[in-house]
Amino acid sequence: MRARALAVVLGLLAGPVPAQEAVARFAATGGQADTVLTIRSTTDIAIMAPVLEAFVEDHPELEIAYEQWGSNPLYADSLAACTGPQAVADVVVSSGVHQMVDLVNRACASPYRSARTEALAPARRWRDELWGITQEAAVILYNTRLVSAAEVPRTRFALLDLMRRDAPQYHGKIATYDIEASGLGFLFAFMDSQEATTFGGLMEGFSRVEAVATCCSAEIIEGVSEGRYAIAYNVLGSYVDSAPRPDLGVIYPEDYTLFLSRALMIPRGAAQADEAALLLDFLLSPRGQGILAESNLMWRPDFDETSLPASARRDIPIDPTLLVAMDRHRREIFVQKWRATFWAARPK
Amino acid sequence: MARGGFETAGRGSLLARVMLGVLSLLVVGGVVVTFAAFAYGRNAARQAYDQILVGAANDIAGSVNIVAGAPLVNMPVSAFGLLALASEDRITYAVRGAGGALLTGHADAPAAAGEVGPAPVFFDAPLHGDPARFVTVVRRFSERDFSGSVHVTVGQTLRARNEMALGLTRGAVLVMSGIGLVLILGAFLVIRSAMRPLDRMARELSARDPYDLTPMPADGPAEVAVMVGSMNRFMGRLDRQVGAMKHLISDTAHQLRTPVAAIRAQAELALEDDPEHLPQRLDRLVKRTRSLGNLLDQMLARALVIHRADNAPPEPVDLRDVALQVLEGRDHEVLAPEAEVELVIGDRAIMVLGDEISLCEAVKNLLANALRHGQSPVRLGVSRAGDTAEIWVEDAGNGPPPEVLDRIGGRFERSAASKGNSAGLGLSIVRAVAEAFGGRVTLGAGPAGQGFRVTLVLPRAGAVGVRDAG
Repeated sequence: MRARALAVVLGLLAGPVPAQEAVARFAATGGQADTVLTIRSTTDIAIMAPVLEAFVEDHPELEIAYEQWGSNPLYADSLAACTGPQAVADVVVSSGVHQMVDLVNRACASPYRSARTEALAPARRWRDELWGITQEAAVILYNTRLVSAAEVPRTRFALLDLMRRDAPQYHGKIATYDIEASGLGFLFAFMDSQEATTFGGLMEGFSRVEAVATCCSAEIIEGVSEGRYAIAYNVLGSYVDSAPRPDLGVIYPEDYTLFLSRALMIPRGAAQADEAALLLDFLLSPRGQGILAESNLMWRPDFDETSLPASARRDIPIDPTLLVAMDRHRREIFVQKWRATFWAARPK
Repeated sequence: MARGGFETAGRGSLLARVMLGVLSLLVVGGVVVTFAAFAYGRNAARQAYDQILVGAANDIAGSVNIVAGAPLVNMPVSAFGLLALASEDRITYAVRGAGGALLTGHADAPAAAGEVGPAPVFFDAPLHGDPARFVTVVRRFSERDFSGSVHVTVGQTLRARNEMALGLTRGAVLVMSGIGLVLILGAFLVIRSAMRPLDRMARELSARDPYDLTPMPADGPAEVAVMVGSMNRFMGRLDRQVGAMKHLISDTAHQLRTPVAAIRAQAELALEDDPEHLPQRLDRLVKRTRSLGNLLDQMLARALVIHRADNAPPEPVDLRDVALQVLEGRDHEVLAPEAEVELVIGDRAIMVLGDEISLCEAVKNLLANALRHGQSPVRLGVSRAGDTAEIWVEDAGNGPPPEVLDRIGGRFERSAASKGNSAGLGLSIVRAVAEAFGGRVTLGAGPAGQGFRVTLVLPRAGAVGVRDAG
């Protein structure tokens, strides 16, 4: 019995009012769904579909309305719903973990406790109001045709050296997130800046090779696969394997690899809070985590052929320190510095 | 059966009452300590987390720089790392410049009321509906392009504080409950072991023959030993009295037999004999009867003396008073109207601890013996010799023959009794009185080597004190 997506509407076509990019509905075939669970998430519908279909199969009385949003509009929407009369979603899932921490800190979430949530590592939950449901690595991508096996940068130091050599074949061929346009890119860069001193060097290197700053994961992956970029830095690894592509190499940096846990919260005042908790428990159950792993949302060391030492693993913790990433001044200073170095050598 | 049940109930209730007392003390103490521990825990948590709060605020204040004439906060992650030590608490912060304008942070973070000096100002206010603790610190700038102060306010909800306070309280209560249990157990064991001598005593007493008045072993704690001692003294007295009573009865029976038999014989003779012998018979009968009366008097006196010696508490008595009282009683004039009695007393009081009535009775007997059996003149005297006091009766005769002297003073001085007099019994009264007050009786020649003197020697009252003082 396969659940089916009832409708996929591209939000961009639907007009200026809704900020969501796409909408889908999930229900069990033949089920008599009488309750609609509204999910607002930054995750692509296609990636989340298998786990949601499995969930509605288990709970035929539920129908899921899945809305795909950008992380910044989703944050703005959730904040507005928290303080204003606007309708609230039942579940909010975002890769903008710092934004989710900020929402919880502003008392926009409702608490829930179960054996499953309590089994989560402390770095993956906060206040019993925010839970990390996935584990996804920030990886380096490269095009196997453009980068020789000897030059493949397995660490940031190797990437740094490669950029310092200023070889012409990498000029304008290295891509990373534009931290001003991408919330996730900002978070990764911000965590990098705290993690190691290599960050300053990397910025300088990006500037030297006139790296490309772009907005979106899909665009970067496609660019590397097609050869427009030779190397892409700090790409969310979970998006890479969802569709196998030619000529695409993936590196888990061996000096350290950042791991992101997509955060889920149940907004305060959610109409279907109990059903939302049901979904949360399902996502955290072995079956739910298994399906997420198949969708490449759960990095599993025994699954991957990559030999990433445990000491190189850096989880981005779901805790109040992420609030610094939301601070206005800190953000301004960080973005200015990024601008100053990233665009230093060239006119923007 | 009923008695045994009563005893068990009594013992059980004592243990239960003491345990109840201990338990209620512990409960009251426990409640007091719990409140104290909670107050202490809350205070400790407040101090600890206030330090964290002010540390974070100072950290933020320290990262304010003046850039292009305006304060710019390079918000330190370490400040939030500090605050995240209270991992489950919400945080708010605001950095405000001149006029309270928000530089960075949360616009809805409250500001400290009033002027903030160099010392951090703490205050309580709600944060998104939850109670929270805030601190405001000030950093003043005197730069070329910026002069003024920047207020940093940091606030945090109270979850970690409350948990710490509760944790401390819980720990204290847990330790205290443990100690309480040990105390209860200890108290139970101590009380039970302290009561074991009582238990044993009760068992021994109930197992005891009701006529067994021998002393009980007086071991165990001091309080019990005192009790056992009193009980033993009581039983000793009881024993002596029972003994005295037995003796009295057997003596009476023994000593009355002969005179009564003699009286009966005289009476029968008077009936059967010649009427002309009748006055002679009757005269004898009267003599016998009078002698019997004396004997009875003495036996009663002796019983009285033994009873009083054991029961009347000893009191200071001047032996001269005793001598005077005996003489003034003039009983001897009945016995020997022609006899002279000389009183030999000094002008100093000679005190002993004893019972005046018993002593008088003893001296009366001595005097009566001397008047009956001795030769005039008879002297009654009181004197002191070292630590002892003496009261004596002396006559001019040679005293009884040595073989009588050996036997004299025993209870069964039958020869005396059968002869119708009662010297032996009299001396036995003297001896009983002497024993009762820690003294003795001596018989022998007078100090000048002439006459016969019977002396009642008693310890002198106050003599011990005098000796101790010396």
